[in-house]
Amino acid sequence: MPDEPPRAVPENILELRDVRTHFPIHRGFLVKRQTGAVRAVDGVTLSVRQGEVLGLVGESGCGKSTLARTILHLIPATSGAVILNGRNLGQASRTQLLACRRDLQMVFQDPYASLNPRMTVRAMLAEPLLAHRICGKKDVQGRVDELMRIVGLAPRFARKYPHEFSGGQRQRIAIARALALRPKIIVADEPVSALDVSIQAQILNLLSHLCREMHLALIFIAHDLSVVRHISDRVAVMYLGKIVELGPAEDVIDRPRHPYTRALVSAIPVPDPEVERARQRIVLQGDPPSPINPPPGCAFHPRCPYAIARCREAVPPLVPCGPSREAACIRLDELP
Amino acid sequence: MPLLTVTDLRTHFHTRNGVYRAVDGVSFHVERGETLGVVGESGSGKSVTCYTIMGLVPQPPGRIESGSVVFDGVDLLRCSPKVARSVRGKRVSMIFQDPMTSLNPYLRISEQVIEPLLIHGNVSRKDALGRALAMMEAVGINDAAHRIHFYPHEFSGGMRQRVMIAMALITRPELLIADEPTTALDVTVQAQILELIRRLQHELGMAVIYVTHDLGVVAGLCDRVQVMYAGRIVERADAHALFRSPLHPYTRALQRSIPSLQPKGRELFTIPGLPPDVSKLLPGCAFAPRCGFADDACNGAVPELAEAAPGHSHACIRMRAGEIDRDA
Repeated sequence: MPDEPPRAVPENILELRDVRTHFPIHRGFLVKRQTGAVRAVDGVTLSVRQGEVLGLVGESGCGKSTLARTILHLIPATSGAVILNGRNLGQASRTQLLACRRDLQMVFQDPYASLNPRMTVRAMLAEPLLAHRICGKKDVQGRVDELMRIVGLAPRFARKYPHEFSGGQRQRIAIARALALRPKIIVADEPVSALDVSIQAQILNLLSHLCREMHLALIFIAHDLSVVRHISDRVAVMYLGKIVELGPAEDVIDRPRHPYTRALVSAIPVPDPEVERARQRIVLQGDPPSPINPPPGCAFHPRCPYAIARCREAVPPLVPCGPSREAACIRLDELP
Repeated sequence: MPLLTVTDLRTHFHTRNGVYRAVDGVSFHVERGETLGVVGESGSGKSVTCYTIMGLVPQPPGRIESGSVVFDGVDLLRCSPKVARSVRGKRVSMIFQDPMTSLNPYLRISEQVIEPLLIHGNVSRKDALGRALAMMEAVGINDAAHRIHFYPHEFSGGMRQRVMIAMALITRPELLIADEPTTALDVTVQAQILELIRRLQHELGMAVIYVTHDLGVVAGLCDRVQVMYAGRIVERADAHALFRSPLHPYTRALQRSIPSLQPKGRELFTIPGLPPDVSKLLPGCAFAPRCGFADDACNGAVPELAEAAPGHSHACIRMRAGEIDRDA
């Protein structure tokens, strides 16, 4: 949060070094040959500090969710390293990985699909505690009650099944389940997209409250920039598997530098009729290109209003542009 | 005479768990060429209102308890099925929220786009295909001559929604009902689709009922806006008035919960509690349990929608009595 005093030596709890996650495409029925690859995540370097909220935004298909699953090692990275607390997850043994999982938890988008309909809330929250031997059978009840209170649910609901709860309450259960192992970092993949506006605000408040109280790092994936701006310390904008802009959340969204971020910001409808009708909007043409054979050079150049011939030549690297900001565009200084 | 007049519409669902009053006494009208926004949370009855107009409510469990839907002099709820069919799908069309599930995956796009024309248009297949092609180009599908023969799975979400729009507009309807057409899409694609609806509306001169939960979309697109809560309309005004001076406490709360209007770092404003269960409605105002201004009088009777200023109506008894500061 902006007004807080700087914390003593912000330590990087999670580091991604040139992470690539490709999905091979096979052709042929009897003799399978690999004919290409979907480059869902294509060279992401990123670090997350303890207690930091990092927003990750981009259109659908840009690789946000694959990146989230790669961080959790649900999908192993094709190359590059995911380093949690100094340990490379790609090289960790099964036992080490199990231990790492405690520190790394996930909240999914759809609270209707991510909770087992045949388990009571108590069973769901007790499962990780017992599986990781955090507490014995006797102490489980106390911890389950505590978790429910933390996320704002009355412990008397512990015997109920997911279908007895509303969407917002289910998302609270999903958050409680993620918190059960006292993780250091939570990856939340569009946790509020499926919820109504008034419920969204409740869940956002809960998440930012938890991050502050428990000194929890949060990777918050969303496509709604105004939500991301509100909750995040820093924001990373993804396009076709790559990060194109990175910086403090307010700064990036109020003063975007990369042409893609500009278009993304300009596409958000403003809830004010006068402002909305007066402003000039950059309407991007077409859909994002396919990650199977991305365009040469900057992947955004076919849709970019500022593209020139040079943009086709090489993939632009993320370069610093202003205080703690980076963007991947070769024409940054020439843009209006 | 307005193009569409809906009067005292009540659509209830009779289920084993009770009667769900999804739409419970809704009246409104749409003028030719205007855009009416319908805003509300899920379960507020905005989609069921549209489905009732289009005759898409499954009966049973649905039952239209009362009311009339008069389109250009014809009551769609009471006329013969034949007359209703000549209006629905031809002069009134609808686009749905989810472009992924509302196209038939087994049929080529060409078959689906020309279907309304073959049913209503009295044209040959060849002419229909020609018009379909022109429509596909109008909605911004590049290389339409080639892609019209594709199957739905070969299109992206934004493209499928364009196909849906092409299909809805091919009969040149006088009224388009758009039920959250951009909710499942990315913001950049949403901007394209909104631009498209605005342009086509201008070209064809049709009226649009635009259903959404996003106040931002309403601000840019709609002439008038009505806010629904628990199956009823709680406020209706032209877009400027609704955003400048919302009168009903629910509209105010809804506006205050938009993250982009709130200072960063502070707690977001939230509406306490949950949306009401429409199977167990209270005797009074449905919003009263979550309302910061509610008192005992609010639980007495269901407040009626009444005009507070020309073109601006709301259903809050305390606001009407002057007990709530209009500028608060």
